[in-house]
Amino acid sequence: MTGTFDLGWWGVLLAVVAGAIRVSTPYLLVSLGETLTEKSGRVNLGLEGTLVFGAMSAFATCYLTGSPWLGMLAAGVAGSALGLLHAAICNLPRVNDVAVGIALFIFGIGLAFFLGKPFIEPRAPMLPGLPLGNWSSNPAVRSAFEVSPMFFFGIVLAIVLEWSLKHTRWGLILRIAGESADAARAIGLRINRIRTLATMAGGFLSGLGGGFLSLYYPGNWNEGLSSGQGLMAIALVIFARWSPMRCFYASLLFGGTAAIGPAVQTIGITEGYYLFYAAPYVLTLGLLIYSSSPTRTLAGAPAELSISR
Amino acid sequence: MREPYPASQQDPGFSIEALESLLLALLAITAAALLFGAFLALQGHDALAVYRTLYLGAFGTRFSLESTLTQAAPLLLTALCTLIPARIGLLVIGAEGAVVMGGLGAALAGVALSDAPGAIGTVLTIATGALAGGLWIGAAGALKHFRGVNETISTLLLNYIAIALLNHLVSGPIRDFSQTLKAQSWSIPKSFMIGNIPGYSVHWGLLIGLVVCAVLHLVLRHTTLGFAMDILGGNRRAAQMTGLPIGRLVLFACFLGGAAAGLAGAIEVVAVHGAASESLVVGLGYAGILVAFLARQNPLAVVVVALVLGGISASGGLLQRRFDIPHAATTVLQGLIFLSVLASGTFRGRLLPRRNAP
Amino acid sequence: MTKLISRRHALAAGTNTVVAGTILSGLPLRALAQTPKPITVGFIYAATRNDFGWNQAHAVAAKRIAQLPGVKLIEQERVPETVEVERVMESMIQLDGAKVVFPTSFGFWPFIQKIAPKYPEVLFVHAGGLWKDTDPKNTIGYRGYMEEPHYLCGIAAGMMSKTGKLGFIGSKPLYFIFNNCNGFVLGARSVRPDATCQVVITGDWDNPVKEAETVNSLVDQGVDVIVANVDSPKVAVETAERRGIMSCGYHTDLSTLAPKGFLTGAEWNWAKAGDFVQAWQTGASYPNLFRGGFKQNMVAISPFGKNVPKNVQDSVLQARQGFVDDTLKLYKGPLKDNKGNQVLSAGQEISNTDNPFKLSVKWLVEGAIGSTGLQ
Repeated sequence: MTGTFDLGWWGVLLAVVAGAIRVSTPYLLVSLGETLTEKSGRVNLGLEGTLVFGAMSAFATCYLTGSPWLGMLAAGVAGSALGLLHAAICNLPRVNDVAVGIALFIFGIGLAFFLGKPFIEPRAPMLPGLPLGNWSSNPAVRSAFEVSPMFFFGIVLAIVLEWSLKHTRWGLILRIAGESADAARAIGLRINRIRTLATMAGGFLSGLGGGFLSLYYPGNWNEGLSSGQGLMAIALVIFARWSPMRCFYASLLFGGTAAIGPAVQTIGITEGYYLFYAAPYVLTLGLLIYSSSPTRTLAGAPAELSISR
Repeated sequence: MREPYPASQQDPGFSIEALESLLLALLAITAAALLFGAFLALQGHDALAVYRTLYLGAFGTRFSLESTLTQAAPLLLTALCTLIPARIGLLVIGAEGAVVMGGLGAALAGVALSDAPGAIGTVLTIATGALAGGLWIGAAGALKHFRGVNETISTLLLNYIAIALLNHLVSGPIRDFSQTLKAQSWSIPKSFMIGNIPGYSVHWGLLIGLVVCAVLHLVLRHTTLGFAMDILGGNRRAAQMTGLPIGRLVLFACFLGGAAAGLAGAIEVVAVHGAASESLVVGLGYAGILVAFLARQNPLAVVVVALVLGGISASGGLLQRRFDIPHAATTVLQGLIFLSVLASGTFRGRLLPRRNAP
Repeated sequence: MTKLISRRHALAAGTNTVVAGTILSGLPLRALAQTPKPITVGFIYAATRNDFGWNQAHAVAAKRIAQLPGVKLIEQERVPETVEVERVMESMIQLDGAKVVFPTSFGFWPFIQKIAPKYPEVLFVHAGGLWKDTDPKNTIGYRGYMEEPHYLCGIAAGMMSKTGKLGFIGSKPLYFIFNNCNGFVLGARSVRPDATCQVVITGDWDNPVKEAETVNSLVDQGVDVIVANVDSPKVAVETAERRGIMSCGYHTDLSTLAPKGFLTGAEWNWAKAGDFVQAWQTGASYPNLFRGGFKQNMVAISPFGKNVPKNVQDSVLQARQGFVDDTLKLYKGPLKDNKGNQVLSAGQEISNTDNPFKLSVKWLVEGAIGSTGLQ
């Protein structure tokens, strides 16, 4: 037994950090996508279905072509197709976007499971990770810091979006469509087109999030892959008050706390593991209660959003 | 988003709106069926044969009908957890958690009251489950009203927390260790369990669900409370200005919705399992959300929708066995129907001539 | 329909000890001479059947059973452990005419107990060893003693591990998971007395993200061989391979998933149930409770991984032979649990087919780090 491997509590910390990086990425991508969609004035609750469908498309494409990057592209395209479907139906007058989202949630998952059956058994090549931990001789540290490029893509995207929403023309256009449809129309903007594009972008990112799950971590396709991650990511958008950078922090927080449950068991804390597994949800709820107040119920919510009226 | 003056208050009785809704629903279902048929045909299946089997498996024999009713029964109640708060403009998706809490509450009550005589024990057990579910979602309502916490996220989080709590409790603190089969709570006395409706193999939960939906419909349409809820749901400012007790309405609606789902969970314990376990977490809550939305938040329509969705679920098994079509096909069909019905909503008010078009 | 079936179940009177020996070999020649009537056999899965795990093991058996003469196979997936499985069983019986039903999930048992009396002409075969004398006679509980192949995996793990730290991932806190864990640890410690095993319960039958996180955490703590008792160990084995550690399989043959690190695996031989189907077809007798290990051909081990050297293979196979001959006893004294209590004193031996003992295992052996939570 070599002593260098005995990390004990440091192992838990390492797992939380690694979890914050690995587990957070799908939440980050989906929540950034939904932020765009909601900023334009639509709610797309169907992103769970989009995530799962993206995961399936990515895995299937990668398995059939041998290229994980093609798989990711396929996931994004599939995701934006579902986004287009959402937008197309919601563009019709008197259609409730919340309900359409739920319908797509079900439809997306059903379609993914249906078409994805032949791909549950096979193995496909995985997305490569960037070995950023090679400075350490400890294999645990090295593995924890093997980061997927998708994570960096997510960070960069969050920064870019945060800045663009405030300082660019298209950011302004997006926000007007979400704040006041009347004002947007008054200056000649085509609301439906803006919302369609925003929803497609949201779908694209969610598809990528799904591709990450099936092609990187945990790197598998089966019907139990997502346990509501897409839905949770949408909740994180509200929690983050529609700010891309806060989506990033929220995702990190969530991913990190999700890693606590398995990690503490490996150092011998064996009672109450279900409660540890609930940690991310309890923490999020706690923070939500703490940071809310009745006077500014949904401050920062785009006024056109149906759930904020 | 809701019309300011809901049709229910405009035209009592059989209205053009109701007829139109029915027509649109039929058109939508037909469209979805065609799409589904095309989808299956692309996969190489005989669409017509599939439809015959769908009908056979859902309504074709007495056995199928009973299966459909069994599937539909819990949905009648879990749908209300989304429906009742939706009437006042809240989007609650916490039915799954309420079902779990209802089941836990019922199991614990049943065990604690095990000396009570049968009928009373059953009633108290079920009531405790309903109460537990009501408090759970009521808490989300309180968070919304007093703290401004968005009810959609809070109820979603409460789902996961309820499930974790259930698993923790039945794996240890309230576990019946003599059961080696699965981690489950202590069992309620056999005398508290409810059986099947005489002559049918469906348990009494079906009737309870039907009664609750009927009563709710009456309350929402014919009482001041229902009217107040409609106003609040239509226009919050108008509600404030007319001096409605918004806080109480929010708490009440959430409590009632949670109680309905909790009731479903309690019935699962009292009619099927006899104890609380992970078998309470089978998606009854999420299916209920689907039913509520498809029924456009109308309790009578919930009955019809639950039967349709229950029928599809019930016949799914036959599809799998006869045609080797994956279980997911029923999900695809349900999704298609839902999308179709929603898209058809755009024709509301334009399909049939109206006396007073909005 | 009259059926002359001798429902003599070859149980030792009053106890649930195992019936050894296969039925097929015991059938008199005249029974075999009859052409078997066509019979519809239904399989019910809780999840999807190509999950590289629990359900796949049954699906593999189903395919083998479908090859038997006269057998028509129908299958249904994704059936939850609620009243729905009752409807599914009845649907198979009433609408498809099934005469033998295999509800393959462990938790289906109470529903089988309820439905079986209504259909005496149907045989219900359950993958679990919970049958008691008070249960319907047209039901069978059958299950392999997985602790035996886990013992063999433990031997391979103990010999191949560099750190001496093993990892056992379990899904739910149930008795068979803990027996498997004990088997794994006992096997490892039989070749390496100072080996330890971290035990982690994920709480879900199937949760890929948690399983991957658990493997990563275990590896961070220095574990270099894992075995995962979850419904689909594919994720755990693949994650282990990616981290460069060794793994053992469960349910079915997972050797292709980890070309470098795979040692061997514990597999079911559910196809043994073909014997029950044939007995039902021909009216022969069958046991109501059939549990066995290697001796009764109810379990198997996976092919060895490429990097397993001959001496390790030999040790494993030798122990396997010990189980087949019944010379090797898994639970034997002196045995302590991991809280220091003496479970078995020196000289005490538990028969490999002692079902009540195994049902009563509420502890983990010395060397396992973790607790069962059972009392």
